[in-house]
Amino acid sequence: MIPELGHYALALAAVIAFTQCFLPIWGAYRRDARLMGAAGPLAVAQLLALAVSCFALVYSSVVSDFSVTNVYENSASTKPLVYKITGAWGNHEGSILLWALILALCGVAVTLRGGGLPSSLRARVIGVLGGTSAGFLLYAVLLSNPLLRTWPAPAEGQGMNPLLQDPGLAVHPPILYLGYVGFAVPFAFAVAALLEGRIDAAWGRWVRPWALLSWCFLTCGIALGSWWAYYELGWGGYWFWDPVENASLLPWLTGTALVHSAIVVEKREALKIWTVLLAIGTFSLSLSGTFLVRSGILNSVHSFANDPDRGVFILGLLAIVIGGSLVLFAWRAPKLAEGGLFAPLSREGALVLNNLFLVSIATVVLIGTMYPPFADLLFGAKISVGAPFFQATVLPLVVPLIAAMTIGPVLAWKRAQLGPALLRLWWVALIALAVGSFAAVGWKLLPGIAFGGAAWLIVGSLAEIAERIRLFRLPFGQSLARLGGISPAVWGSAVAHAGFGVTVAGIAAMSLATSVVVSVPVGSVQHVAGYDWKLVSLETLPGPNYISREATIDVTRDGKLIAVMRPARHSFTSQQQTTTDTAIHTMIYADLYAVLGDESGGDAVLRLHYNSGAPLIWLGGLIMALGGVASLLDRRLRVGAPARRRTVTATA
Amino acid sequence: MIDRRHLLYAAPLALAGVAGVSFFAMLKRMKTGAFDPHDIGSPMDGKKIPDFALPALDGGNGFSSADVIAERRPILVNFFASWCVPCIAEAPTLVALAPQIPIWGIAYQDQASDTQRFLSQYGNPYQRIAADHDGYTAINFGLYGVPETYVIDKSGIIRARYAGALTDDIITSELMPLVRGLA
Repeated sequence: MIPELGHYALALAAVIAFTQCFLPIWGAYRRDARLMGAAGPLAVAQLLALAVSCFALVYSSVVSDFSVTNVYENSASTKPLVYKITGAWGNHEGSILLWALILALCGVAVTLRGGGLPSSLRARVIGVLGGTSAGFLLYAVLLSNPLLRTWPAPAEGQGMNPLLQDPGLAVHPPILYLGYVGFAVPFAFAVAALLEGRIDAAWGRWVRPWALLSWCFLTCGIALGSWWAYYELGWGGYWFWDPVENASLLPWLTGTALVHSAIVVEKREALKIWTVLLAIGTFSLSLSGTFLVRSGILNSVHSFANDPDRGVFILGLLAIVIGGSLVLFAWRAPKLAEGGLFAPLSREGALVLNNLFLVSIATVVLIGTMYPPFADLLFGAKISVGAPFFQATVLPLVVPLIAAMTIGPVLAWKRAQLGPALLRLWWVALIALAVGSFAAVGWKLLPGIAFGGAAWLIVGSLAEIAERIRLFRLPFGQSLARLGGISPAVWGSAVAHAGFGVTVAGIAAMSLATSVVVSVPVGSVQHVAGYDWKLVSLETLPGPNYISREATIDVTRDGKLIAVMRPARHSFTSQQQTTTDTAIHTMIYADLYAVLGDESGGDAVLRLHYNSGAPLIWLGGLIMALGGVASLLDRRLRVGAPARRRTVTATA
Repeated sequence: MIDRRHLLYAAPLALAGVAGVSFFAMLKRMKTGAFDPHDIGSPMDGKKIPDFALPALDGGNGFSSADVIAERRPILVNFFASWCVPCIAEAPTLVALAPQIPIWGIAYQDQASDTQRFLSQYGNPYQRIAADHDGYTAINFGLYGVPETYVIDKSGIIRARYAGALTDDIITSELMPLVRGLA
């Protein structure tokens, strides 16, 4: 009964979504206030219907109703409760439902927060979101319905892919999807603006918070995914340039460009058409990423079940959503007036440079990711593009980007002079140079350059704040008082840039990580990176739906116990699959990382890593996202908030 | 009416259109089996291995096609690289397979130091290792990507190729029965 209710609610949501698309957009065209007014209630109704549908799926999974095909295929009665809940979106059908739920949530968010928007723009934005929802809900109902029944009902489910039975992966998809789908709102604003034929500074102000919020989620989502690969796959790496990873990196790169170019629209009414294109492009990349990963076109280690029929349907949807918006762009964008001239050397100029670098990196990553399937299609050649290509092409673009990231924020709007700006940063450059050459001499050249870049970013952000409060130029008390007057937007950019610096430092340090693989008996001691790793015991332990083989390793340094590590292998009974459970002891500046391998003749294979800097990579991502949140707190970005009176600090 | 400005703004549409049509072609061919990024054919089957003589990682003699033929028993030639993620996944499988059949490794477009690190990190299943820095030998083999494994019989004829990581399943159901038939 409950699954049928969910099935009905899903179909209802699809119908509501179609109405949510047509009525408000038609109303905006006809200037009919009643039709436009239907946008909000329809968005809320769609969300409610989808919530019922999602509840039905989660409920079926929790009570282990194996007559529901999706539950039978992806769950088992022995599965722990938390994974019965999270497993509901750990498979293809469920994840599409989650995707649609978040999109519906976006529609309601615009309804609730968009009170200050012109009614026609608001109606069109909600209408575009409704249209996008409608397509994917139709797909869910027709080709990817998670609530279909199997008869007769099987007694036991097939179980979940053991790799996915992991707390990190339970929260990873929702956060990543919030990022992916969140970019639907800037996309809807862009399409609505093209329909309206008008873009002004206010449009930039409305779009930016949505872009920022999605960017924060996407940043966290990518960091979580990378962290999951690091501890779950047990290879000791954090980024493999795998097509699935690249698919999430691409919208992040263009999304980062969007967050920056929207500032120029807001402040100077320039770069309007470019920003519209970025908004469309970012969401298009999110959509295509999801599609390419699921269609099986890309050869990835994260393989999903492939189904070309579903692929064709999604491709059709993409053609309508992406193609439609680009047709609109080609038709209407030439009519949009560009405004706001600026000199190449200015804050705007620096932001343009940032956009150029970010989009170049995105292009390079896109080419590297798409080359194998295209080469196959056109020349029948089977090739793989690996990390050397990406490192060789991305690194030269990241270096100037990092150099510009610290200089940009100190340049004046409209027209700036490089001399005074650089004069303010000479001591930052000196510190970066000192750190860089110290690291280059101590270790290797490339990590040295990266450490210098990290210092340049982190100290540069501090310098930006110090400059704002006139540290050491005013009495200390006055400087401290100015600290409170700094706008959240300035904090945001300083924190986010410093966060990127922390990630760069982590990546640089990670390139200096050390590891060994040994096959040893119980009781033996290994010396790795100044630590003594003693294999104390090997035990077999029962788990909820697996059998665990666990090693206990005492890690000591100069006779002092640092950590007791318990790497394990889990053998899942229902899938005959084994996963490794990596033991990680984190010390913030480095990780001790141990993996248990196969055993033969009383010896166990152990892989022991000293991963210097690893935690910094994800910590940096978190700091970047925090910077985004800080920027969101800026009053100017809150839709409908009256412009704040200029304070003394703002004019200084 | 159609000026450069309009053409410029239509460029994203044109790009997306090309991508869309290509993806459609890929999906269509995937259905008929003509396009499958995960499984690839074997045009070198039944042919003699191409001539090559490759250096070792340290610059000395690695091995040559003559060495392979001189072995006079079935062996596996495995192309791998330290930068290749599926190779990492494949490594433990090869280590487990090594006692059953000689495996000779060719490091494909890789730095010697990186290869050494890869081998010390993930295990070394190879009896002999050669380095194909410029990838020309790989081209002569018709390599699709790494990892890729060739089954070569005692007279130096390629009997099978496995593109992508070998799995225990492939080894027990296909590779070892084939090798036993060759011996």
